[in-house]
Amino acid sequence: MSGRRIFSRPARLAAVAPYLWMALFFLVPFGFVLKISLSQTAIAQPPYLPVFDLTQGWTAIKATLAALSLDNFRLLISDNLYVVSYLRSLVVAMVSTSILLVIGYPIAYGMARLPRKWQSIAMMLVIVPFWTSFLIRIYAWINILQHDGLLNKILLALHLVSAPLVWLSTDSAMYLGIVYSYLPFMILPLYATLAKMDPALLEAAGDLGASPRRAFWLVTFPLSLPGVGAGILLCFIPIVGEFVIPDLLAGSNSLMIGQTLWLEFFTNKDWPVASAAAVVLLVLLVAPMLFYDRLQRRQLEGGR
Amino acid sequence: MMAGASNRLSSFNVVSLVLGLAFLYLPIVILVIYSFNASRLVTVWGGWSLRWYQEFFNDRAMIEAGLMSLRVAAASATIATLLGTLAAVALSRGETFRGRTLFSGMLYAPLVMPEVITGLSLLLLFVAVNAERGFWTVTIAHTTLTLCFVAVVVQSRLGALDRSLEEAAMDLGCGPARAFVAVTLPLILPAIAAGWMLAFTLSLDDVVIASFTTGPGSATLPIRIYSEVRLGVKPEINAICTLIIGLIAVIIVLASLVSKLTSARGESAAPL
Repeated sequence: MSGRRIFSRPARLAAVAPYLWMALFFLVPFGFVLKISLSQTAIAQPPYLPVFDLTQGWTAIKATLAALSLDNFRLLISDNLYVVSYLRSLVVAMVSTSILLVIGYPIAYGMARLPRKWQSIAMMLVIVPFWTSFLIRIYAWINILQHDGLLNKILLALHLVSAPLVWLSTDSAMYLGIVYSYLPFMILPLYATLAKMDPALLEAAGDLGASPRRAFWLVTFPLSLPGVGAGILLCFIPIVGEFVIPDLLAGSNSLMIGQTLWLEFFTNKDWPVASAAAVVLLVLLVAPMLFYDRLQRRQLEGGR
Repeated sequence: MMAGASNRLSSFNVVSLVLGLAFLYLPIVILVIYSFNASRLVTVWGGWSLRWYQEFFNDRAMIEAGLMSLRVAAASATIATLLGTLAAVALSRGETFRGRTLFSGMLYAPLVMPEVITGLSLLLLFVAVNAERGFWTVTIAHTTLTLCFVAVVVQSRLGALDRSLEEAAMDLGCGPARAFVAVTLPLILPAIAAGWMLAFTLSLDDVVIASFTTGPGSATLPIRIYSEVRLGVKPEINAICTLIIGLIAVIIVLASLVSKLTSARGESAAPL
C-alpha cells in the first residue's frame, strides 16, 4: 500500500478543528443574518424582535414562521436610496477594476520580463504595501489631497492652477484611493501567470514572422487570461462592499452599499434592514464568488 | 541570438515599472517625512522634530488602544496559524473527504468577502448567544478571517513540496504522524511563519470587522485612528502611522530572513 494513502487519513482528521471553527463562525452567522433580515424592527436592545424560542416547542416554531416577513426586502426595493447604492457600488467596482487592469497589466508585464534575480525583488516591492496598513495608506493620500496639501502646492507652484482645487470628498479621490489600495491584488495574479509563461512561445511567434506587438496580442495576452480573471475577481468582489475608502475619500451625496449598510446599522440602529441589505449584497456577489472559488481551487489543488 | 529581441526589457516596461512603484511608495514616504514635522500645520514644514511621537506616548487612550490591538493581533494570529495549517494539511494531503467542497469554499470565500458582511454576521451571532463583546469577540472574528490567509499560504507551500520525501520516510518505517513531524513540518515551517506574520498584520490593520465585533471601552488602534482621521489630518496620527509602518517593516524583514535562511538550505523560498 502506498504511503500516500496511509498519510491521507490523519491528514483528513486535521480538517476537523478548522472545519468546526469555520462552520461555527462563518456559516452559522449567515443563518442569523438571514433570520434577522426577515424579522421586524423593534425599539429594543438588541433592536429586533426575537423570532426564535425553542423552549416553547412546535407552537413557537409555527409562530416564528408566521412572523417572518419580507418587509425589509420590500423596503430595499422600493426605497431609492438602496437601489441607487447598489447600482453605484457595481459601477464603482467595474470602473475601478478596469482602471486597475489597465494600470496593473503593464507593471506585471514589466516585472515578468525582468532578469530572474530582479523578479523576486520586484515582487517583494509589490507585496510590501499589501502588508502595510490599508487605513494608513488611505490616510497618506488624505495628507496629499487635502486643501493645502502637497498636490495643490505642486500644482500652484507649477502655475497649472490659479487657486487650490478641491480633491477630498470627490469621486476622483475615491477612485484614486481604491486603485492605490487594490493595485497589489491586481498585479500579483497577473505576474504569476506571466512569469510562468514559456519564452520559447514568443520566440516561435517571432521566428514565424510576428512583430513583438502582434506576438503579444496573439500569444502573451491570451495565455495570461487566467491571471486577468483572478485579478478582476480579487479586486471586483471586495470593492463592491468597500466601506472605508468611500467613507474617507468620496463625497457624502451618494453612498456605496457598504456605507448604506453601515449607516443603517450604526446610526439608524435598524438591524433587520441592515441584515436584509447584507443578504442582497451577498446574492449579488454569489456568482463571482463561486467563480473565484473554482479558480482558487484549480490553482492550488490542480497544479500540484 | 534568439533570446535577444523578444526577451529584452523595453523602455515601456521600465517606465511602467518605475511609475508603478513610485505610485505605490511615494504617499507612504511623504507620510513618514511629515511625521517628523515640527509644525502643527500638517502642510507647513517647520523643521525636524519628535514632538508628535511624544504627544502619542502621552496619549493614554491611544496607547491603550495600541496595546489592545497588539494583544488581539498576537492571539488571533496564533490561533489562526494553528487552524489554518491544519486546514492546509487536510486540503493538500487528505485526498478526498466528505464535505471537502464546502470546506474549501468556506476557506476561500472570506478572502474576498466584503468586510461589512463578515463583521455584521459575526456580531449577530455574538448578540444571539449573549457573548460579552470585547477582546475575545474581536479575536475570534480576526481569527476567522486570517486563518483563511494562513491556509492559502501554507497550502501553496505544501503543493510545491516533493511528496516522495514523506513517502520515503514512511517506507523507512515512520508512521504518518512521525513522517509529518520529522519531514513535512520542517519544510513548511517558513510558510507557517510567514502565515503568522501575515495574520498578525492583517489583524493590526482591520477597522470594519473590529468596529462591528468590539464592545464599549475596548476600541482597537485602527478604530481610534479611523475616528480621528474622519475629523481631519492630525500630526499625531502621522507619528502613530509611522510607528506602525516601522513595526510592519520589522516583521517583513524577519519574514524574508526566515525564507532566506531556509532557501540557503537548498529549498525555494516561501511564496509569500
